Amino acid sequence: MDLRPKIETLDLDFYYGKKIALKKLNIACHEKRVTAIIGPSGCGKSTFIRTLNRMNDVVAGTRCGGEILLDGKNIHAPDMDVVDLRRRVGMVFQKPNPFPKSIFDNAAYGLRVNGLRNRDRLEEAVEKSLRAAALWDEVKDRLRENAFALSGGQQQRLCIARALAVEPEVMLFDEPCSAIDPIATAKIEELIQRMKKDYTVVIVTHNMQQAARVSDYTAFLMLGELIEFDETNKIFTAPSQKLTEDYITGRFG
Amino acid sequence: MKKKKVVQFFGFLLLRVCLFTVLAVLLIILFDIGKKGGGTISWEFLSKPPRRGMTEGGIFPAIFGTFLVTIVTAVLAIPLGMFTAIYLNEYAKQGRMTRLIRLSIRNLSGVPSIVYGLFGVILFVNILKFGTSILSAGLTLGLMTLPWTITAGEEALKTIPNSYREGALALGATKWQSIRTNVLPYAMPGMLTGTVLGLARAAGETAPIMFTGAAFYLPMLPKSLTDQFMALPYHLYIMATQHHDIAKVRPLAYGTALVLIVLVLGLNLTAVIIRYRLRRKRRM
Repeated sequence: MDLRPKIETLDLDFYYGKKIALKKLNIACHEKRVTAIIGPSGCGKSTFIRTLNRMNDVVAGTRCGGEILLDGKNIHAPDMDVVDLRRRVGMVFQKPNPFPKSIFDNAAYGLRVNGLRNRDRLEEAVEKSLRAAALWDEVKDRLRENAFALSGGQQQRLCIARALAVEPEVMLFDEPCSAIDPIATAKIEELIQRMKKDYTVVIVTHNMQQAARVSDYTAFLMLGELIEFDETNKIFTAPSQKLTEDYITGRFG
Repeated sequence: MKKKKVVQFFGFLLLRVCLFTVLAVLLIILFDIGKKGGGTISWEFLSKPPRRGMTEGGIFPAIFGTFLVTIVTAVLAIPLGMFTAIYLNEYAKQGRMTRLIRLSIRNLSGVPSIVYGLFGVILFVNILKFGTSILSAGLTLGLMTLPWTITAGEEALKTIPNSYREGALALGATKWQSIRTNVLPYAMPGMLTGTVLGLARAAGETAPIMFTGAAFYLPMLPKSLTDQFMALPYHLYIMATQHHDIAKVRPLAYGTALVLIVLVLGLNLTAVIIRYRLRRKRRM
């Protein structure tokens, strides 16, 4: 397979103050594929995924080295607008974080801050994104209700819908299922599978089965270093590194 | 086993005694003022100016003056305090400088009110030439209220989870958009409550307005912001300590105190109601 990397890092370093969190990472996330990032707690998975939409910019005292290319263009380039970048690279967080607004206003939030005011078009886009997040049938009669009334799994799907509504090119998932139950998890995994038709997906997970189920490529990180990066079935059946094998067979983690 | 229970009993007893002492002091003050001042309260007392060297008549000019000066205070303290709080909490790079600024603000809230009064005389009355007026007094009280507004504002902003900010940024909102639509609406009840409490405190102050605009007695109501005014706390101060016939005006003084307390309690109650209603509207 000869695939185009949608978003790729070149010798990416990342520092919290003086402490180095990521060391010379070279990871290419291919277009319309799912790339999983796995590794033990504290290995830098979340830090890595948050560099891809420059979410770490808001954390004081952090510094980024190397390059991150989105469609071949450095996302730290001076003419790259970080607000625009974040619209193109959507993100779903670890804990569902709906805003204390109605379900409709949650789904419409991204469109509104990007300047869409037309009521009909908002309604259309909200319905489309809620359908894409497999939530529409459950909420279509209660769009005015506060999003906090939804279950955890529904809240997370609402967050996915909210991110999809602004039509991003890349979707980042930072351990999206760590705070929700197995049935809701299955729904979200199914969504991710479907999503790769249209999006480039990067998912951080500490659940190895999840990585095996949903991803095409898997990167294994440890202590901020990339140990192995390959096609998922190769990582899980014939890893080339001893460390990877030890980790996926559950000898540590 | 037994000893633990005994210790717990005496521990709780101590806490209860403290609580009841505080409550008792408050109730005694309210009861005393209510009893001695209640008889003075009448429509005439609330709606008419004082007569015969303030030994008769009402306190309407003082109520009116306090009302006006509180508005000036609010106009200065609310926007300035809130925007400062937003800047400090949301925009400023956190570090030694912001810590120093916060420390200074907290210290300012401990500066005695008479010092604010003298500062007001120098800045507003003399340098800016606003004269002794509603404007000077209101601005002086505004300055005094600022540290409270800023601190209350920051505390309210701190209660908003970071995930609201990050969630908005991740959807392509600018920082200001994320603050305006996803932080301020939820911080507003707390910010307003703190601000109104600060205003209530300012409305009851005597020292800052004594030199900056409050008058002993005025034959007519102020017509503009540059006029002098009568104010409840200052009126009470005069009736209680400076009047030539203190014994005779004592009931009037208690009546004034009662009105002042009711006014301040009313403001505090407003703060509670604002918070309750906004909370119910915004949250689950």
